[in-house]
Amino acid sequence: MADFFQLFMDSFPALMDGLGVTIMLTVISIILGTVLGIFLSLGKVYGSKIVSGVITVFIELIRGTPLLAQLFILYFGLPPYGIRLPALAVALIGFTINSGCYQAEYLRGSIQSVSSGQIRAALSIGMTKWQGIRYIVLPQALRRVIPSWTNEFIYLLKYTSLAYIIGAPEMMTQAKFIASRNYEFFKVYLIVALIYLVIVLFFTQLFKWLENKVKIPGFEYIR
Amino acid sequence: MVIDKLQLVWSSLPNLLEGALVTIKLTIAGLGLGIILGLPLAFGQIYGNYLIRGLVSVYERVLRSIPLLVILFLIFYGFPNAGIKFSPFIAAVLGIGLRSAAYQSQIYRGAIQSVSGTQMKAALSLGMNRVQAFIYIILPQAVRIAIPPFANEAAIVLKDTSLAYALGVIELLRHGSYIIATTFEPMTIYLTIAAIYFIMTVTINTILGKLEERMKIPGIGVEGGSR
Amino acid sequence: MSKKEILRIVDLHKSFGDNEVLKGISLSLKQGETKVVIGTSGTGKSTMLNNINMLIPPDKGHIYLEDVDVTTTHDISRIRQQIGFVFQDFGLFDHLTAKGNIMIGLTKVKKMKKSEAEELAMFELERVGLQDFADSYPAQLSGGQKQRVGIARALAMQPKLILFDEPTSALDPELIGEVLTVMRDLAREGMTMLIVTHEMGFAKSVSDEIIFMENGKIVEQGPPEQLFNNPREERTKEFLFKLNELYGEGGA
Repeated sequence: MADFFQLFMDSFPALMDGLGVTIMLTVISIILGTVLGIFLSLGKVYGSKIVSGVITVFIELIRGTPLLAQLFILYFGLPPYGIRLPALAVALIGFTINSGCYQAEYLRGSIQSVSSGQIRAALSIGMTKWQGIRYIVLPQALRRVIPSWTNEFIYLLKYTSLAYIIGAPEMMTQAKFIASRNYEFFKVYLIVALIYLVIVLFFTQLFKWLENKVKIPGFEYIR
Repeated sequence: MVIDKLQLVWSSLPNLLEGALVTIKLTIAGLGLGIILGLPLAFGQIYGNYLIRGLVSVYERVLRSIPLLVILFLIFYGFPNAGIKFSPFIAAVLGIGLRSAAYQSQIYRGAIQSVSGTQMKAALSLGMNRVQAFIYIILPQAVRIAIPPFANEAAIVLKDTSLAYALGVIELLRHGSYIIATTFEPMTIYLTIAAIYFIMTVTINTILGKLEERMKIPGIGVEGGSR
Repeated sequence: MSKKEILRIVDLHKSFGDNEVLKGISLSLKQGETKVVIGTSGTGKSTMLNNINMLIPPDKGHIYLEDVDVTTTHDISRIRQQIGFVFQDFGLFDHLTAKGNIMIGLTKVKKMKKSEAEELAMFELERVGLQDFADSYPAQLSGGQKQRVGIARALAMQPKLILFDEPTSALDPELIGEVLTVMRDLAREGMTMLIVTHEMGFAKSVSDEIIFMENGKIVEQGPPEQLFNNPREERTKEFLFKLNELYGEGGA
């Protein structure tokens, strides 16, 4: 036990560096993914048949293939074509696209659940269709999608660990580095697991608290 | 140029399909283990006493909070520490299955609990005992409710078997990297692999969608799950 | 004194598939007039209102708001700002407070300054007696209160005319009165209104003219006393007779 504690203290600083990258990867990709998701969902719901069709195919292709395969395509597949990106950039792009497609689907459902009466009311006071979407539909859809969004954040937080496989310097990579010097693979990964556990629980509670803070009557979340 | 690539895809296909077979085995074994463990977990969570419910909750919480990759490494490096040795394949199945059990348990619990309490009362009022009521009344309804989220979970497990790559399991992605090592055509090979995965997820969704359709009863149906 | 004509509808037609809902409707509304459209459900009354601000575009015919032909205008949003619409299901924006519901059209459509919009919103809320509920969300309001917010939202846009599409049909009986009171006040203040309703008592007491529609056509129109007491058409008589059987003498 004392050994384990010592190991914990020794590896903690490096792991914290890795955790910083893990969280940065998560936060940036979830934000960019949200922006992408908004555009994809709006295009899917309100776009022309062609736009909507192309977006649907894209979303289904991304959702139907493993994230790791997507990272491999970006990391190993592009260099022969002259596009050589660092692992961290590949991870960011991969996570953003992947998360964007999942978020697009949540948002699409949410947009379609906003009643058509809301758009009619918006038109009736002289809004254009796009004003109605921007000021009436989207704010409601985004509110309703908050629980899915926080779930997505947690998923992404865990899936950023895949960046390790292409060598981006996140927490798992740091762990591997430490373990390959002291051969305490199991113990080091146990520490990583504990850190993930704490971080996930922290964010889960944080989101619960935030959801309560920003909740408005009529938009109670059903989990 | 395009002909060359098609040629390459064609000649790699036997090898890749061999990898796909391993991926399918991982998926079925992982899902199977998830069912075997997930069902008792769900029952424990619903019908168990305070202690059992607490333990199940902790299990679910922990397994759902740790990335699959970490779980796989813990199993891969942990059991040999305790003197138990097994192949990367078994380690992968264990990791995937143990995690899937945590998610599946939630699916089953949700499905059982969403069958209204009145149904149980009505069954008891006919003179059934609780076990009969569960088997004849609750279960047939819960199974139907559980199919869409189960299909979702199955697709997730299929895609996540790709993480077995990190343990050195020779699954689809690993087969691909072997081919790339000799052909230097990563884009073509990984796109082919992605296509194979896509066909497999679509197949899972189609099969389970058909099952859902066949078992459909008016009035029982729930929206599909999420990620 | 002949007042200015606000709305003129000429030979309006509308079909949904094979179902011809409007078969040539013509009517007009002068400034300050209140006209009430009555008739059984499914006779196209609501479709006609939705045609007027092009929420459902008509197939044929013309609609003039003052001198502008609504059916051919290139800026329908501009027209809609001038035509208030009160929905049967209230149409309140669920993510905005009562005040926010009124302000959003002012700030986003009319580009009014926020402080001005807020002032006007509070004024209109007071007009419908809901100044104390400015910060309540729709989910916190009763049906009657929601509808009064809906009316205040329409009023705030300072429309030339307000269309009411069965404004009390979704309300519990005890909440209908408060909405009708607000509407009665508006009529008295000289607002131009076209109202579809089943509230016959209200129709009798506030309208300048009753329009009886059936099967996509106007069967008869005239002052309330004449139409209710001395209908010329057989179909009108039958309709009123059925109403009396249902709700007793004098209507609901």
